[in-house]
Amino acid sequence: EKIGLGRAALPEEITAWDIDVRPDGQGLPEGSGSVADGEELFSEKCAVCHGEFGEGVDNWPKLSGGQGTLDRDDPDKTIGSYWPYLSTAFDYVHRAMPFGQAQTLAADEVYAIVAYILYNNDLVEDDFVLSRENFTEVVLPNAEGFFFDDRDQTEVPAFTVEPCMENCKEKAEVTMRAAVLDVTPDDPTDDAATLIAAAAPAPEPAASPAPVSVAVAKPPVAAGYTISTDPALISAGEKVFKTCASCHKIGEGAKNATGPIMTGIVGRQAGTIEGFKYSKPMQEAGAGGLVWTPDNIAAYLRDPKGFVPKNKMAFNGLKKQDDIDAVIAYIASHGG
Amino acid sequence: GPDPLITEVQPWASQLGDGVDVAPYGMPIRFEEHVIRRNVEWLTAETASSINFTPLHELDGIITPNGLCFERHHGGAAEIAKSDWRLMINGLVETPLVFTFADLMRFPRVNKIHFLECAANGGMEWAGAQLNGCQFTHGMIHNVMYTGVMLKDILAEAGVKTEGKWLLAEGADASGMTRSIPMEKALDDCMIAFKMNGEMLRKEQGYPARLVVPGWEGNMWIKWIRRLEVGDQPWEQREETSKYTDTMEDGRSRRWTWVMDAKSVITNPSPQAPITHGPGRTVITGVAWSGRGTIPRVDVTLNGGKTWFPARMDGPSLDKSMHRFYYEFDWDGSELLLQSRAVDSTGYVQPTKNQLRAFRGVNSVYHNNGIATWWVKPDGSAENVEIS
Repeated sequence: EKIGLGRAALPEEITAWDIDVRPDGQGLPEGSGSVADGEELFSEKCAVCHGEFGEGVDNWPKLSGGQGTLDRDDPDKTIGSYWPYLSTAFDYVHRAMPFGQAQTLAADEVYAIVAYILYNNDLVEDDFVLSRENFTEVVLPNAEGFFFDDRDQTEVPAFTVEPCMENCKEKAEVTMRAAVLDVTPDDPTDDAATLIAAAAPAPEPAASPAPVSVAVAKPPVAAGYTISTDPALISAGEKVFKTCASCHKIGEGAKNATGPIMTGIVGRQAGTIEGFKYSKPMQEAGAGGLVWTPDNIAAYLRDPKGFVPKNKMAFNGLKKQDDIDAVIAYIASHGG
Repeated sequence: GPDPLITEVQPWASQLGDGVDVAPYGMPIRFEEHVIRRNVEWLTAETASSINFTPLHELDGIITPNGLCFERHHGGAAEIAKSDWRLMINGLVETPLVFTFADLMRFPRVNKIHFLECAANGGMEWAGAQLNGCQFTHGMIHNVMYTGVMLKDILAEAGVKTEGKWLLAEGADASGMTRSIPMEKALDDCMIAFKMNGEMLRKEQGYPARLVVPGWEGNMWIKWIRRLEVGDQPWEQREETSKYTDTMEDGRSRRWTWVMDAKSVITNPSPQAPITHGPGRTVITGVAWSGRGTIPRVDVTLNGGKTWFPARMDGPSLDKSMHRFYYEFDWDGSELLLQSRAVDSTGYVQPTKNQLRAFRGVNSVYHNNGIATWWVKPDGSAENVEIS
């Protein structure tokens, strides 16, 4: 009954495409990698999205932590807390990472990065070396945390009953409203009030909209902040900036990453670095007149979420005034 | 007075319209420019690994137009020419094979209409009403006619060995998307499709060929398919372990939840589609579907579930496809709490959100098929709410 279509796949073609790895180790390539090598690789290739320790940047996936949270609200699902098999991590990093540069990592590099992820999840020591030989010895904490689809035994019988049609309940009261949360994307053409007004036979003249005021908290910073050009302070700022560098690039040839470039940011209107997709609050703050004066940068660094509420920077802020002064000096030394 | 649109000669009734060469590939008229897919920016870190939503409230019947079918990519929409496309079958087969697109076109073809629903459809609504519009709460679904080849015919060419119980389907995109599929399903009704609604697949739907897994979660419908590996056990890939597994209240997670449970939603009126005509004759409409069969019945309530009425089913009723329902009534202008409830051909009744939560808690993320509620107010506007 074969039609006789297709041709035989060559061994080298199968080798090129068949890179999948199973929990029993089938498909693992020869090779090995250490936690130490993994740390370096991770910092270079992964940290821009996943953070230096796999803690996750913005909405990018968190890879470590979260153990013991699966039975709580909003469980923290990481490789350490949730993934049942280490082979999945190896397979996925090998086939799909780094994001946008898939299949550029050598087998040894994948072993090293996976070893480092294990280390960040407190599952191996810092001298650990992961290899094809010891791979299947690693058991992830949530390996036993899964069960097979049981809906046919549990939910389906409970829901397969003749439904009620009359006098089914006494009361039906609104207990929660989506409009109160107000997280739906804005869509003026579909705005219900606009549609209803447009369809009305004799529409009232529309009231002129009230000017939108931007809620930018007044920074608790003394006026007249001056930028230091002290080389020692700039050098200290360079060290502080390492915290920022996984998201923000600075200097000649720097490009926008998870965050906008910092070159020339001092004195610039907020939300205006070309090509960067800002949060709506940051765009509005800029349009509302927020300029990155040293005072405003200092206030923002102290409390990013308080200074421009709901902006998308994930960073919690710098607590030490010395660090703030130093990093501003460093940023200012790159133009602006 | 008399309507000038009738009493005065309108420009379109006097002057010539467009000639036949104006739009070699036609697009909707400009008055329908608002009928588009939309995304929710805060959901994901970046659009190449994200999802957008079908505007269900703008559609009718059961077929989703190709340009409005929701998109879900994990590494962006790959662009692959037919001439560059290859399909490999390897693993536990008698002869590992490579097919070209031209080879694919020489198999017997079939045509099937099926819904494709993302397992995360409604995922943002587990803990409560959140997004105000059925495009966002239910729009991770589309329903088109696929033309393609039965997977069993392709596998037969390579000859599946008796110990081959699982199939790994792999995409050619930058995420190398992979899912394990039990051989029983692969040999039953799965297809490799290359056309949707009569024309070639859109790039964002996997051009030039994708997997079709009727009634099962959309993530398994591998786009830009390039490889099928036969094995004796599942591969436990990222999308079937860390994702698309349903975490219960006790912290344990349900896996292999492939079948999509019966579900329905009222698309009009809804938060993005208010009642604009005031009291009087009002048409309620919506869609329903089930991964277990057809939808012979949908009930509608106007008062939050105290009283239900059977809706009028209309249009084709096909296995694992969307169904259209209507309920026409005279609205008195008072508040409504609108819900629809699907009953599928196996007798499964779509549960309320609270019935579902009793089994799963609120951290499940995936497979939310609970009944949605629209609160229609006297001005005709509607809001996504939860009710007691």
